[in-house]
Amino acid sequence: MRSVLPVGADQLKFRDPSRARALAHAIERTTSAIGRTITVMHVCGSHEQSIAKFGLRATIPKSLDVIMGPGCPVCVTDLPEVDEAVVLAQQGVRVATYGDMLRVPGTAMSLAEAQAQGARIDIVYGAAQAMELARDTTDEVCFFASGFETTAVATAAVLLDDPPPNFSILSAHKYIPPVMEIVAEMPGNRIEGFLAAGHAAAITGWGIFERFVEKHRIPVVVAGFEPLDILAGLARLAELVREGKPAVENMFPRCVTKEGNRNAQQQLWRVFRTTGGNWRGIAHIPNGNLRLRDEFQRFDARRRFTIDLRQFWKYAPSALTQQCVCGDIMAGITSPTKCALFGKECVPDSPVGACMVSSEGTCRIWHQYGGHPDL
Amino acid sequence: MTLTCALPNVESPARQGTVGMKHGSGGAAMRRLIAQTLTRGFTDELTDGIGLSAFDDGAALPIGNGQYVIVTTDSHVVHPIEFPGGDIGRLSICGTVNDLAMMGATEPLGLTCSVVLEDGFPIETLERLQCSMRQACREAGTTVVTGDTKVMGRGEVDKIILNTTGVGITRRPISDATLQPGDTIIVTGTIGDHGIALMAVRHGLGLDVDLISDVAPINGLVRAALESVHGAVVAMKDPTRGGLASALHEMGDKSHVGILLDESAIPVTQTIRAIAEMLGLEPLHIANEGKAVIGVRGGTSVTARLLAALRAHPLGRDAAVIGRVVAEHVGRVVLDTGLGRRLVAEPEGEPLPRIC
Repeated sequence: MRSVLPVGADQLKFRDPSRARALAHAIERTTSAIGRTITVMHVCGSHEQSIAKFGLRATIPKSLDVIMGPGCPVCVTDLPEVDEAVVLAQQGVRVATYGDMLRVPGTAMSLAEAQAQGARIDIVYGAAQAMELARDTTDEVCFFASGFETTAVATAAVLLDDPPPNFSILSAHKYIPPVMEIVAEMPGNRIEGFLAAGHAAAITGWGIFERFVEKHRIPVVVAGFEPLDILAGLARLAELVREGKPAVENMFPRCVTKEGNRNAQQQLWRVFRTTGGNWRGIAHIPNGNLRLRDEFQRFDARRRFTIDLRQFWKYAPSALTQQCVCGDIMAGITSPTKCALFGKECVPDSPVGACMVSSEGTCRIWHQYGGHPDL
Repeated sequence: MTLTCALPNVESPARQGTVGMKHGSGGAAMRRLIAQTLTRGFTDELTDGIGLSAFDDGAALPIGNGQYVIVTTDSHVVHPIEFPGGDIGRLSICGTVNDLAMMGATEPLGLTCSVVLEDGFPIETLERLQCSMRQACREAGTTVVTGDTKVMGRGEVDKIILNTTGVGITRRPISDATLQPGDTIIVTGTIGDHGIALMAVRHGLGLDVDLISDVAPINGLVRAALESVHGAVVAMKDPTRGGLASALHEMGDKSHVGILLDESAIPVTQTIRAIAEMLGLEPLHIANEGKAVIGVRGGTSVTARLLAALRAHPLGRDAAVIGRVVAEHVGRVVLDTGLGRRLVAEPEGEPLPRIC
């Protein structure tokens, strides 16, 4: 938009239209050399936000199909995980969580509905704020933690900072690398390359993808979030596909190193271990969930409290829920505009599926930007 | 005993449930509620002029001699009632004066003012609000000619509601539904200032910058625009609640056309742009209280003349051509971001700063 103040900031460095066009042409040249449409997947809601906000799908040549995979931690939070939080809240535990988590549908109800029935739910910006809440009260405060490894580090840091005894964690944290394996192995998938999220790689380091590339022979490019970061990442990814060169490339070197943030990694793995678990709508993901290690069991809500989910056994999913295709959308098999509920029965005010709940969800993002990404 | 409406029953589209906050935010939900409930069954017997069914900023009633009385009404509620750059008093005058201007009546004959007050409302505050109403009237060249006052119990109303009704006369009522492909879209200044200034106070954002609402009567600015290009201004709307996005959607939808916007041309201060980006908000969705969107028909020389007239006025210095009307994308607003193209969605409910 036109600035009416003197432009001094360098904020437009990554938003230069002529460079964007040049990158789009580069993609075009690469895909026409390949001679067919290629499909790549990104696994991050922030990438989708940028793509939608800047209208990049109208710029990226049709011969490069960019789909969003399971890149929204709130969306892949499984029903029983929400149910656990609901039960804790019903038992009188104060549940603190991110605003996005409030409306994620559970088996019988969401946390927002539990709140409407009298449960105490606090919206917080992060684990640290939840811990502050616990310090100021004698009530039991449980932080319902969601997010990928980036956010899990913040939760770990709080647990390593001597939290008060009335504080606990209900971890719904997820770990991205294993789900990339599952998606890559899904029968019928067309994915020829992955665009990895720059902020997660800033923690894990880009080296973490080397084993994946070796095993699946699919290239991975780490990219940042400005429009030119994304276009440059896609251009490089297309080149790697053309060259038939399965490799990891770092297109976000201003933030990401091969090793990543060692200190953060140490904190993460001191507190968490990986375990298998269901990702909503996708599949059982071996090593896809982050759970607290035994040393921290006194802060683990699953061990501190008895959480009885039997009350939910009688519920069958509603008719609308059965039509929801969030899982296929997150697996990159279909898209929001092909869902019969999208923008009709399923809107941000009354979401049917989790992809419409979170600002990181594919459906929510597409809805926010008019519902049709392709003009 | 059950009471039934004695008038012929008009088939209701069977809305269930209750009114929600989204019904008051100026977007599609509000238009649906009005069309399906509030205006349903009122006959619109105007053969000339602009009536209820047009869902415009006001009505244009023919009074002979080629003249029309323009009437518009608006109830003002705002939290907080005093904010940087204005208060509910100033807002109540500007809102109505500007709605008259959007219909082509830039010289208001007078305004009415109804006040609903909550028990316990400080008289000192009331005096301050009344003072700023007088100031706004002076700027607009009008005055309050009659009014009404009510007091309600504590909690029965939130501090104060101010309703103003304005009356003006014009020979050429301007609709918001008459855009045609080829028309040019102009906005009279920077967008987002009012909404962001209010949000910063309302949510205690603690931003260390001076944010000031743009609330102002723009009838003088609009008069200058209309006089500069006789007859070439074909549609006008003030982008208040719902911002530029809602105003353009409504204009495009009613006119059965599409609107193509050039994002780089839309005036927005660097401060507002930075804050909106930080909070995850779109400047296009943010309310304005001293701006107009103008549809112009004619060649580039007509547009240039209009733009020059706007820019010569202190409230129009940042006026800019921001887009054009097209036959494709009917009812939609397409934004060229410079890096690509996308649709602009209408905001649903109040824009809220992002939580995380």
